[in-house]
Amino acid sequence: MSTPHDSQELSVTGDGTPPARFENPGLHEHKPRQADVDPRVAKRVERQVLTLLTLSILGTVAVVWAYFALPPGETVGSMRLSNLVLGLGLAVCLLGIGIGGNYYIKLLMSNREYVEERHPTASSDETREIAVQMLKDGAEDSGLTRRGAIIGAGVTALALFPLSILVPLIGNVGEDWNVRKFKHTMWKKGTRLATDPTGRPIKASDVTIGDVWHVIPEGLNDLHEGKLDEKAKAVVLLVRLDPRDLKSDQSPEGETWSHDGIVAYSKICTHVGCPVALYEQQTHHLLCPCHQSTFDVADSCKVVFGPAKRPLPQLPITVDDEGYLVAQGDFAEPIGPSFWERATK
Amino acid sequence: MKALAARRHDRRAPALLLLLALLLVGAVYAVLAPSSAQAAAETATAEDIAAGEKLFQANCSTCHGPSAAGTESGPSLIGVGAAAVDFQVGTGRMPMQMQGPQAQAKPVQFDEEQISQLAAFVASLGAGPSIPTAEMVDPALGDVASGMALFRTNCAMCHNAIGAGGALSQGKFAPNLWDTTPTHLYEAMLTGPQSMPVFNEANLTPEEKRDIIAFIDEQGNGSPGGLDLGSLGPVGEGLWAWVAGLGLLLGLSVWIGAKSS
Repeated sequence: MSTPHDSQELSVTGDGTPPARFENPGLHEHKPRQADVDPRVAKRVERQVLTLLTLSILGTVAVVWAYFALPPGETVGSMRLSNLVLGLGLAVCLLGIGIGGNYYIKLLMSNREYVEERHPTASSDETREIAVQMLKDGAEDSGLTRRGAIIGAGVTALALFPLSILVPLIGNVGEDWNVRKFKHTMWKKGTRLATDPTGRPIKASDVTIGDVWHVIPEGLNDLHEGKLDEKAKAVVLLVRLDPRDLKSDQSPEGETWSHDGIVAYSKICTHVGCPVALYEQQTHHLLCPCHQSTFDVADSCKVVFGPAKRPLPQLPITVDDEGYLVAQGDFAEPIGPSFWERATK
Repeated sequence: MKALAARRHDRRAPALLLLLALLLVGAVYAVLAPSSAQAAAETATAEDIAAGEKLFQANCSTCHGPSAAGTESGPSLIGVGAAAVDFQVGTGRMPMQMQGPQAQAKPVQFDEEQISQLAAFVASLGAGPSIPTAEMVDPALGDVASGMALFRTNCAMCHNAIGAGGALSQGKFAPNLWDTTPTHLYEAMLTGPQSMPVFNEANLTPEEKRDIIAFIDEQGNGSPGGLDLGSLGPVGEGLWAWVAGLGLLLGLSVWIGAKSS
């Protein structure tokens, strides 16, 4: 955008008055290229274009050959070779056409400029008047101008029609609107803690200090329907700390949610629900891989860094008669990120 | 004997007897209790342990203390077992060059014999995990598919989906696993070096550990799709796409649009 000051400078003639009319500067002077004047250069460029196009042909041949002669096979090496030859062949084939074509157009094809004058786009006044009159006559002829109710009903019908598509479409998003599902998981009183993904129940005596166990509820692997949905809510990280290092956990007055330094916390980040599982054994910090929210396992899983706002919910655990770790019940609060209906604390 | 009998009513006699009894119980327990430390000590001779102690005093005691009980600058090594020593010294992480966020792998400072002597000495200090046998870590005997499922759950969050490594907090990082020997992989899972948690034999059974080793071994064979660009995921690949890919396209556009001479 030029400022008023600039445009004045440009439009002022020698004696200080703007010119009545700007002259069309016209086309640049046509400069012949090297290939236009020197036939040896033209011949060389021609050979280069031919080479590029021949390379492209060879590339296509190589792709077809490799497709039959180099099947991906069973080993990483043969897959790598097959993919490499197919990819390189395709690249040579397409780049050969592209670069060769552009090379020809830029260096050999005639580059003389031609000017075509544009005709006016608007029709004549007479034609436009006739067109408007024809529309008016048509509207009158249809009889709708005298029947307002039909127009109203027609507009309403058209306006309502999209609902027939939108209502089922939006209604099907997420399949159901049962918000209570967010608030409960598979954990029940007495559900044994089992290893993920093998599903072996975990004995408290097998958990040593510094261990980290990825845990699912026992019986999750037997589910046929909704297994992944349940797993996404119920996964837990189990850690045993030296009881002296365990500063606090989330158990309320008069209850014990941990067992002899063993604590279990939901693996679903309270920020946006990624699986929090990077556990640093020495600092007792648990990191979320998505946005680096950091929770202190030794101190109620409080947030020490990052965008998460709430600690990870703790799964209350104890041991059963056979020494296996079991849940005392479901999480005390909904796991994972906030949602509208979640009661805030 | 007479002198002993005469002093049996001495005030100190009960305490002395108690001490003797405790020593006897301790000795019987040490003989009877099966432990991996003992298993490791069995293959290691007393000379190995003595040589290991000398090496320890010369190279490790500054940080870990003369009795390996730990100081402010290094943890206690009592009960860490031969596996921890074989991993830390065998990958060059110990002796540490300097204090830092984490000990890094560097050229190994000791030969195999010295490492096994050091391991024998540390194993003799207290029961701890021992070095796995060659069969326990043979990738050819592991199930790659089961290893992948276990790796995804237990290891991928820190070490990347195919073991290429990744960043942790404050300068710490999870290293790339492709060039780590199967024995060292097993030992790392068993002992949990530095920031890494422990995966004991109940958490991941020896067969499961071998499956994981087989999976990692499979990843080290190169990528089936040509250039892997470091296998670091969207950040690394995005950098290539934006800088190299878009740069090439921009260059070609400028070339197509430029007037030729």
